[in-house]
Amino acid sequence: MLIKNSKQISSWRLPKRFPVPGNLGTSPTSRIEEGRVWPEPTNATRVKRLRIYRYDPGSDRGPHIDTYTIDRDKCGPMLLDALIKIKNEVDPTLTFRRSCREGICGSCAMNIDGTNWLACIRSLDEISDPATVYPLNNMDVVKDLVGDQSHALAQYTSIKPWLRSNTPPPTSERLQSPEERKKLDGDYECILCFCCTSGCPSHWWNGDRFLGPAVLLQAHRWLVDSRDDATEERLDDLEDPFKLYRCHTILNCTRTCPKGLNPGKKIAEIKLMMQQRCG
Amino acid sequence: MQIYRPQLTSVLSITHRASGVWLALGAFALVGWLIAVVQGGHTYATLESLMGSWIGHVLLFSWTLALFYHLCNGIRHLAWDLDYGFELRNIYLSGWCVVMTSVLLTGATWAIALSMGA
Repeated sequence: MLIKNSKQISSWRLPKRFPVPGNLGTSPTSRIEEGRVWPEPTNATRVKRLRIYRYDPGSDRGPHIDTYTIDRDKCGPMLLDALIKIKNEVDPTLTFRRSCREGICGSCAMNIDGTNWLACIRSLDEISDPATVYPLNNMDVVKDLVGDQSHALAQYTSIKPWLRSNTPPPTSERLQSPEERKKLDGDYECILCFCCTSGCPSHWWNGDRFLGPAVLLQAHRWLVDSRDDATEERLDDLEDPFKLYRCHTILNCTRTCPKGLNPGKKIAEIKLMMQQRCG
Repeated sequence: MQIYRPQLTSVLSITHRASGVWLALGAFALVGWLIAVVQGGHTYATLESLMGSWIGHVLLFSWTLALFYHLCNGIRHLAWDLDYGFELRNIYLSGWCVVMTSVLLTGATWAIALSMGA
């Protein structure tokens, strides 16, 4: 199922912070300070304030939060439209990734109002005022809203995400029955934006060894593919106290997936496959 | 990590962990109480008066709540391990059910205990 509107997601709201100090455990140079408040547009009737995380490793300055105000009557409907407007008209130094602007490339994944989502399919109507915009958490910051995905992509490579078949390549396509193809529904839609992995508390703790929901969903995609013959080896690779079993079914992944996929369920299915294999 | 908004999924998960730890400590307390029962006399009387005090009641109440929460959420986890209840709607529904059931069971237990003059 594709999410057409994020209103389809449950609107339960919980208190925004635990009662812990905001700076718990961070060194003074990493503490986020209040940054510049950019001038408001004149004669604007509908405005939205955005509090955006800024950090440039090339400068001496630590991370800070800049506040921008945009005129909604002169801006597209989505958060990404607002970011592009800021970059074009207000502050050209603001850095973020974007490409397709329609939720299929996964470039503009960021932490919006405390949860991860794609900026291009998050409507400005749905976010609070002021809304907070941070890079994906638990990634090193390259600049501003750009997180370093090297580790996540290396974990993805580690599951060998390609077809491994014992039969020689046929002259035409490898065919599947409609039933076999149906097993890939809910897997193939993943765009590897890493919203889920970045929002997984278990991956925050054991990110070095636990593969995280995005990669495990991809692992499931190859495990259930009728054309792949390496199912046993793939399961052997995952038989590890950390790689797979650090998933504690917290389900932040399912809660946050902007494509409406269900990584938590797929991981449980891998665990079941492990069980069934043991007999 | 501090910027990530706590939500029902993660809050219930960490509560499950915390209640487990608290119950493990409670198990030691239970063993201590059993030893006191065996020894009887003065030791038992001291412990009994401690349990009758408000601090004893608070401890016992928190252990009851932790027990029922851990039990209910444990059943939720068993269902998940059998691949049931993974739709986002059901995750939230079962989450709130667990919270309400554990509060109700704790309330009921204490209502019975207090009415019997504990």
